[in-house]
Amino acid sequence: MELKMFILVLGLLVGSGSPDIGPNQGKCSDSLDPGPQDQGNHTLTPQSKKNFPVLSFGYDHVRLPFEISLWVLLASLMKLGFHMMPRLSSIVPESCLLIVVGLLVGGLMKLVAEVPPVLESKIFFLYLLPPIILDAGYFMPIRQFTENLGTILMFAVVGTLWNAFFVGGLLYGVCQFEGHRLVNVDLLSCLLFGSIISAVDPVAVLAVFEEIHINELLHILVFGESLLNDAVTVVLYHLFEEFSSVGTITVMDVFLGVVCFLVVSLGGIVVGAIYGLLAAFTSRFTSHTRVIEPLFVFVYSYMAYLSAEVFHLSGIMALIACGAVTRPYVEANISHKSHTTIKYFLKMWSSVSDTLIFIFLGVSTVAGPHEWNWIFVVATLILCLVARVLGVVGLTFVINKFRIVKLTSKDQFIIAYGGLRGAIAFSLVYLLNTDHFPKRNMFLTAIITVIFFTVFVQGMTIRPLVDLLAVKKKQETKRSINEEIHTQFLDHLLTGIEGICGHYGHHHWKDKLNRFNKKYVKKCLIAGERSKEPQLIAFYHKMEMKQAIELVESGGGSKLPSAVPSTVSMQNIQPKKSPQDRALPQLSKAREDEIRKILRTNLQKTRQRLRSYNRHTLIADPYEDGWNEILIKRKRMMELEKKISQMNNYLTVPAPAPDSPTIARARLASDPQAWGLKSLTESIPTIKVDLASPQSPESFNMVDEIGKKGSQSKASEEEDGLTMKVPSMTKPRKDKTANEDDDKEPQQRLMRCLSDPGPAGEEDEEDEPFLH
Amino acid sequence: MGASQSGPVHLFQDLTHKTGFSIEQIKTLHTRFLYLTRDEDTLRREHLANVSDLALNPIRRQIIEAFFDKRNMGEKEKGCLQEIGFEEFVTVLSFFRPPKPHTADEEMKNIKKEKLRFLFNMYDTDNDGIITLDEYRCVVEELLSSYEIIGAENAKAITDAAMLEVANVTVGQMAPDDFYEGITFEQFEQILKDVEIETKMNIHFWNLDTMTVQCGK
Repeated sequence: MELKMFILVLGLLVGSGSPDIGPNQGKCSDSLDPGPQDQGNHTLTPQSKKNFPVLSFGYDHVRLPFEISLWVLLASLMKLGFHMMPRLSSIVPESCLLIVVGLLVGGLMKLVAEVPPVLESKIFFLYLLPPIILDAGYFMPIRQFTENLGTILMFAVVGTLWNAFFVGGLLYGVCQFEGHRLVNVDLLSCLLFGSIISAVDPVAVLAVFEEIHINELLHILVFGESLLNDAVTVVLYHLFEEFSSVGTITVMDVFLGVVCFLVVSLGGIVVGAIYGLLAAFTSRFTSHTRVIEPLFVFVYSYMAYLSAEVFHLSGIMALIACGAVTRPYVEANISHKSHTTIKYFLKMWSSVSDTLIFIFLGVSTVAGPHEWNWIFVVATLILCLVARVLGVVGLTFVINKFRIVKLTSKDQFIIAYGGLRGAIAFSLVYLLNTDHFPKRNMFLTAIITVIFFTVFVQGMTIRPLVDLLAVKKKQETKRSINEEIHTQFLDHLLTGIEGICGHYGHHHWKDKLNRFNKKYVKKCLIAGERSKEPQLIAFYHKMEMKQAIELVESGGGSKLPSAVPSTVSMQNIQPKKSPQDRALPQLSKAREDEIRKILRTNLQKTRQRLRSYNRHTLIADPYEDGWNEILIKRKRMMELEKKISQMNNYLTVPAPAPDSPTIARARLASDPQAWGLKSLTESIPTIKVDLASPQSPESFNMVDEIGKKGSQSKASEEEDGLTMKVPSMTKPRKDKTANEDDDKEPQQRLMRCLSDPGPAGEEDEEDEPFLH
Repeated sequence: MGASQSGPVHLFQDLTHKTGFSIEQIKTLHTRFLYLTRDEDTLRREHLANVSDLALNPIRRQIIEAFFDKRNMGEKEKGCLQEIGFEEFVTVLSFFRPPKPHTADEEMKNIKKEKLRFLFNMYDTDNDGIITLDEYRCVVEELLSSYEIIGAENAKAITDAAMLEVANVTVGQMAPDDFYEGITFEQFEQILKDVEIETKMNIHFWNLDTMTVQCGK
């Protein structure tokens, strides 16, 4: 049913988009004269007075944005559509489906006798590619990346060079042997073609690998390679392009090429790092204008990309460097909402970009000028595969001598198989000058074939292969505070042992960098007290929030891996005290069970799935939804247990300097005495948590079922599990408005919660505290 | 050198078998040992404290203590030594040797257990086989000691949360009256089973004289 609707909508879209490129421009309805008029209207004598046009059609001046919006809409609707067909999307990766859609759209447009738009390289490189790369760079796991940097560099640089020359050289040989039609393809063209096609494409890799969830090591190896080989590709491309116009190469040129490579890659990184530091520095002063914080991150990163492109440096590496440098400092400075905004915008843009790219690939396939040559295309395909396998095997043999964790043959297979080609190669070929490269169309065809092969065949089969080979999947472990403590301890230990041995290794330099960072850089770039916050404490706060959220989500029934039901509470940990201090010990267990039961009933409607972090499943991320009141709920629960035992607060984080966002967030703004001693005499106190922000739609109340009979009226509220109390609701929801009246009963104790502390109170109206 | 010329070579051969280092590595370590002790035969705490790199390390005290801890010497006794010889020095360092390639799974498990045991001994300063809350708190405080603003409550809060987590994961159900003494070695193993100790707790003992920037693990 939905499928039919989609096809209908699709048809409408394509149909409405078609009158744009056609011979009839939309100027014909300005006059009442029937029939087509030519432009020279004014030569006619005004025989009849033109009536005032009530409804006119002026399409031209909105044409460009209209078309762009149409395409974006199409892409988004496609995305929606795929997720409505779960069976299909579990077999076929999304990228394949999108290409098929592109093919269909292209075919439709051709049927309507129009020119389908081709993926223009300018649009691709300037508008479609940067969001994806920025998204990847910003969320790059730095630790794994730097640990495997040597391996990644080997694959990216040496591997790509090997691929390029192998494919280029052998293709030239094939062309020579083939004879009549291919004999004029010279060596330089072949080498250029080889260098373009040998680069693993980050867009395709991201699209496919995200769905298969392999372990982090393999993911970072293939993905890192796809990012870093951009420098090699850029240099080789420009090198061969230059030479093809000149005609000959000398040794000097080769040497200059090497120098160029260093300049391109390091220059790109430096440019990115500079912009990243600028962004971090700017974010230090944004505490009063929280709204535009995300803008700084985006604009600075985009500028980094563009600046690198001006000098023909590697734009991708600049973007990655900018994102990676910006992130630790900016995240310490910006508010939680800005962090969420950045994350969501990046994911959204990169998602749309990625979808558009694949659709356009499909459309361009239908549109683009093709020249099919069986031998060339098949040879290209085979050579690419062979080159990749040989390259990976050979390099791994060398690399394994230097690694502690060796790469097994299973790993090698996945790395080789994951070398997907994508739209970057296509766009680069499209940019080729036809004068210098008369066989450009043939190249185009070959590239499209290779791209289709890798995306379809390799993309579709990699998932069952991963299962078949039992490759280690990504571990869904949560970082616990213990692991963090031990990891830090281990770092210091290893640094110390290295110092004793006199060995200046990995840890020594990492430690030095950290120290430098702490002493100088952080003070410059992070505002206020956060600059001095130890990593352990920051981690602890983050973890508390996460646990609070997960407590709510797991209370709904589905168990998280480490959510072991236990009755271990703080009193078990503390050394034994004298018995009279522990009032009502029996009630603690019963009370806990009661609380858990109430939590469970209240949270039946909350989302229970907690999938692994994935670009396409942002909704399940526990961070964003209602962390605020959930944190408070959890704190309430913990404090409840403690109050039973010793009336001491152990787990509330003490409040240090007031302008530190994270610590202030953890601090409760409510009056802790609001439900103090009085609660002990009754069974379960009433805890009512209100939302201060419309973004977090869920909250619930724990009601005292034993004590207060008046709470029976709350039973209906409990069923809904949703209570909303916002003075200015920007997104009113029908099911919640009914509850608002019930909430105003006096026996409810309300608490205020501040979502964003500090002087930013005026930015969001929902941050207004209120207290009945 | 005070010992005879043939003695060290014999000693080195024994050590190769005992610790798994190669002859070159042991020779290099011997040179380093003599450098640290200023050509004396035995190493004392103050020799190690003189290493400049250690001065900035927040857990230097524990690291130094680990060298003098009898439990790490493979003996079953407890307690500390006052000074150690080259053999004990190399024994302690052998805990950080990366496992040889193509090591069997069983062997890997043993190696992992040994390394975890070493870590455990560093936490458990009173030698009773259990990491109590106070000992853990000590560790956390030391980790945070390099930062200026650190209240005692922060360390306490973190330690309490960590202990609670360990108890949750390992023990599960506990009646309200039970007292959880501390982390035993088995529980320690359990909570750290996901941290791949056997690959992380390693130092490359290549050429110790030259500065090798090692980028891959």
